[in-house]
Amino acid sequence: MIWELELIIYLFLALSAIVALEVKDLLVAVVMMTIFSFLMALLFVAMGAIDVGFTEAVIGAGVTGILFVVVVFQTSRKSND
Amino acid sequence: MKALKILILVLFAGILIYASSDLPFRGDPDNLMHAEESITGTTVKGNYFIQNAYRDTRTPNMVTVVLGDYRSIDTFGEQVVIYTAGLITLLVLRRSRRRGK
Amino acid sequence: MRDQFQSPIVLLGARLLSPYIMVFGWYVIIHGHYSPGGGFQGGALLAASLLLIRVAGGSKLAELQIQEFATTPLAVIGVVIYFATGLVAMAAGGYFLDYEALPIPGVEPDWLRYIGILIIEVGIGLAVMAILVMIYDNMVRGEDYA
Repeated sequence: MIWELELIIYLFLALSAIVALEVKDLLVAVVMMTIFSFLMALLFVAMGAIDVGFTEAVIGAGVTGILFVVVVFQTSRKSND
Repeated sequence: MKALKILILVLFAGILIYASSDLPFRGDPDNLMHAEESITGTTVKGNYFIQNAYRDTRTPNMVTVVLGDYRSIDTFGEQVVIYTAGLITLLVLRRSRRRGK
Repeated sequence: MRDQFQSPIVLLGARLLSPYIMVFGWYVIIHGHYSPGGGFQGGALLAASLLLIRVAGGSKLAELQIQEFATTPLAVIGVVIYFATGLVAMAAGGYFLDYEALPIPGVEPDWLRYIGILIIEVGIGLAVMAILVMIYDNMVRGEDYA
């Protein structure tokens, strides 16, 4: 793969990780984590591990995102203000 | 406290980058894991898989052959682990719903 | 989500997208011999198509697809398919999970291993799909998010 493209992917990877750590809203953190998983899957495919990239894209970005959203809404406070 | 956190993260990233400079280059055919014989003199098992996977099972995808045929008991254990995780959510989370009602 | 009304656009998008994801999941399982993929990835895709309807449409719509009590038996069926393949091969004179000993007459040993890999991939796919849907159903505890 072209190394400039990989460098851009690495930069966005670090950026999404920092935003997911530092942001206050938990939903934004979940979305940033799914973006992290997608970029990770792109890197795996670029390194030739297509099966690992497929699994990362399906599990890390699809199912885990849904489960984290359910956890965020289960543990939020029930107030009507 | 925040400065300490950032310092630890940067130090850890530095250690990881320094360690990754010792890895072999990606796709190099002279790597140790692609050799027919390891440095201790034994034969490398992956060599057999690459040469005989299609002849044994008529399946072109080598990853499927290794996961489903040569190492199938490993995959079976993995499936039992997933099944146990599902059963634990059944046991832990379902009872609290009945108590809440 | 708790005090918001149901959006028909999200529901329409989920209903349009879900069957194609399910067909692609079965394609990934069945075609895993020739292309990247296999039981785990295909089962996760099937679970994603079911969870999309469950998130967007609520439990009233999800009862039409796979009901809540049916997920645990499906998971057991998936694990038992894998285990029974090994046991049948062992009863027919081979080792555990030795597909060459499967009692199918008129098939050569290499094609027997091909068929054995296909059977266990379907088992893994069923088990992974049922378990991921089961975890979601147990986590929402009967509340509707739609």
